[in-house]
Amino acid sequence: MNSKTEKNLNSELYISRGTACTDPKFETFNVPFQQGASVLDALIWINDNVDETLSFRYSCINANACKECMMLIDGEVEYACLKKLQEKKSKLQPLPNKKLIKDLVTDIVPPKEKLSI
Amino acid sequence: MDHLSTDVLVVGAGAAGMYASVSAAKSGADVTLCDKSLISRGGATVMAQMTVAAAIAHQEADHWTHHLHDTIQSGQGLCNEKLSYQLCKNAPKKILEMRDWKTDWANDNARIRQVLAPGHEVKRCCYVDFLNTGPAVARTLRGKVAKHKNIKRISGITIIDLVVKKARVVGAIGLHTETGDFVSFTAKAVVLAAGGLTQLFARNSASKNMGGDSHALALRAGANLIDMEFVQFFPIGHLAPRLVGMDPIMWDPFRYKLGGKLLNGQGEQFIENYGGEDGETYKVGRDLAAFAIIKECEAGRGSPNGGAWLSFQHLNKQHLEDAFGPIIKKLASNDIDLTKQSIEVAPIAHYHMGGIEVDERMETCIKGLFAAGECVGGANGANRLSGNAIPEAFVFGDIAGSNAAKVRAAFSTLSDQDSEIALSRVMNDLLQPAGNNITSQNENSRRLLHTLQKLMWKDVGVLRDTGKLQRALNEVRRFRKDMFPLIRPKQGMAFNTSLMDWLDLRNSLLCAEAICLAASERKESRGAHQMEDIPFKSDKFTKNQIISSHNGHLISSWKAVQKLDFDLKEKSLAVV
Repeated sequence: MNSKTEKNLNSELYISRGTACTDPKFETFNVPFQQGASVLDALIWINDNVDETLSFRYSCINANACKECMMLIDGEVEYACLKKLQEKKSKLQPLPNKKLIKDLVTDIVPPKEKLSI
Repeated sequence: MDHLSTDVLVVGAGAAGMYASVSAAKSGADVTLCDKSLISRGGATVMAQMTVAAAIAHQEADHWTHHLHDTIQSGQGLCNEKLSYQLCKNAPKKILEMRDWKTDWANDNARIRQVLAPGHEVKRCCYVDFLNTGPAVARTLRGKVAKHKNIKRISGITIIDLVVKKARVVGAIGLHTETGDFVSFTAKAVVLAAGGLTQLFARNSASKNMGGDSHALALRAGANLIDMEFVQFFPIGHLAPRLVGMDPIMWDPFRYKLGGKLLNGQGEQFIENYGGEDGETYKVGRDLAAFAIIKECEAGRGSPNGGAWLSFQHLNKQHLEDAFGPIIKKLASNDIDLTKQSIEVAPIAHYHMGGIEVDERMETCIKGLFAAGECVGGANGANRLSGNAIPEAFVFGDIAGSNAAKVRAAFSTLSDQDSEIALSRVMNDLLQPAGNNITSQNENSRRLLHTLQKLMWKDVGVLRDTGKLQRALNEVRRFRKDMFPLIRPKQGMAFNTSLMDWLDLRNSLLCAEAICLAASERKESRGAHQMEDIPFKSDKFTKNQIISSHNGHLISSWKAVQKLDFDLKEKSLAVV
C-alpha cells in the first residue's frame, strides 16, 4: 500500500481513540483499499500518512508471529494482521476485557512482565 | 525518575537475550530482562521459520570442525575465527539442551532430523515443523526464563541510552512505553541483545523493532562496530500477491524440497545465464540468485512488481498438499492457489553479518558491556551460512550471560545525577527547538524513516557502486545533521508512538551512516558487499573494518582478521 493510491480512499475505518483517563471517542479514517491488504496494513498507512499518534501494538508486520495486534474488529476479536481490509466501513476497538492504555492498545502484558519499582 | 537496580541488565528478549538471562541467573546474578515489545515476541527469533545448523551428526557423519570449515569458507576470509569456533563447537550442546528443555525438533525418535542447506557439506540443519522453528525456540526459552526467580522480566521498556563512567558501563536509562515515564537502571553489566538492523532497507524480512538499537546504543556508549558493510540479502522474499500471516522468506524450504522454478517476466529460466546451476535442484547460492533477479529486472525482464516468478505449477495438488502441510490453508486464505498461479519473489534484506565488536567473552571495549545474537559482528564474516543465526543466539547468549554475571560491582555506580545527565542529553534533542530553525511541518519520524529505507535499498542494497555509496553517505549525513533535528515527536505520555518512532529513527540514522561509511571504504567486491564498478576481491581488503564514534562523528579504521590458534585441517582429520 502506498500513497500513490491515496486518491482512491474507499475503505473506512471507524476507530476508537483515547486513554484510560479520557472518554474514548470514535474517529473516522479513510484509507486506500488494496486487494489482499490487512487491517494492520491500513493502520500502518494511517500512521505513515495521516496521524502518527494513532496507537496500536505490532512488531512482526503481518507474519502473525508476535500476536500483539489483537483487537476488536466489527465486534469480533481478531488479529489485525490476518483480518483482510474490506471495501466498506469497519469498526476498530480495543480488546474489551483488558485495561485500556491508548486507542487500540490494551494491557496485554502478563502480570509477571510488568514494571514494578 | 523511577529507578531499578540489578546485577545484569539484558536488553532485548529474543533467543540471545533469554539465553543470556538464563545463563547469568544460573551463575547467581540478579538479572533484569527487558524488551521494547513483549518478552519473547518482538524480535527475529519468533519469526524464524527455517533451520538451525549444528554438527550433532544425527543423520550422517559430521563434526563441529566441519561446520567451522563451512562457516569460515562462507565468510570469505573475514570471519573472526575465534567467534566462529565458539559458535560451531558449542552449537551441538545447545541443540540437545534445547531438546531436554522440550523444544520439539523434528525427529525419528532419538534421532533429530537434519537437512541439507546451501553452503553446508552435510545434512546439518535441524528444524521444527511446519515452519515453526522460531516460535518453538521462543516458547522454550520463555518458559525457562520464567522458572528463574532471579530474572525480572519487563515488557515495554525502550532503552534510550547506556550510562558509561570511565570506560565502564554503570547502567541505562529507558522509556516505559505504557506510561510514558522514564526509568533508570543501575547495573554491574549490560548485555545488548536487541537484534539486527534489516529494517533500514525498504524490502526486508524484519520486525518493526529491528532498526539497529543495540548497535546505536553500543556506538554512543563508546564501543566499536565491525563489518557493518555486510548485509545479507535473501534472494526470494515474497513480493506479490499480497500475503499476510506468513513470514516473507517462507518459500525457500519448499523450493529446496520441491524444486520450484524461478522464471523471469517472460516465463524463462534465467539463473543459468548468470553462471548458476538451476535445473530442478536449486543449488544456486543466495548471492548469485539475488544478483540474477536484480539484473533481469534492470534488463526489463522482471515480473510485474519488480522481481521474478516462482512456480510450483509442475506439481500436482496432492504433492503440494503433502509438502506444504497446514501452510496450504494459509495460502488459500490469501487467495493463493499454487496449482493455478506463480507467485512473485524478490531479494530482501534478511540478516546483518556486521555488528558490535566483542572479544571471545562477548565483551566490548567498554568494561561490563556485552553483546549477544545478531547484533554481534564477526562470526559470519562477509556472508552468513544459512542456519547459523539461531545457534549464534544460543551460544553467544550463553557466553555473554555467564561472563556478565562475573562482573564485579564498579567502584562508581549510577547516581540520580548520572541518569538525569544522560536523559537531558536526549531531551535537549527532543524538546528544544533546533537553533532558530522552525520545526518542519511536513517531516515526521516515519516519513524520514521511509525516505531512509528507500535510499538504503536503492543505493546500498544488493548491487552497489562507488557513486551510489558516496551519494547515500552524503544523504544519510544530511538526514542526521539537518533533518532529524527538525523533527519533534508529538506530546503525550501513554503509548506515545510518535516518541517511540523518533527514538527508533535516532538509532537507525546512526546505523545507516555506519553502513554507508563502511561500504564506501571497502573498495572491492566480497560476499554480501558487491560493487558493480569494482567487481573483484582484493587481498588488501582481507581485513575487518571498525567503525567508531568520536563525539558523534563516525570514523573507519582497519584491523587484522582474528585467526584460529590451531590448524583446522589437522584437527578435522584427527576426529574423522
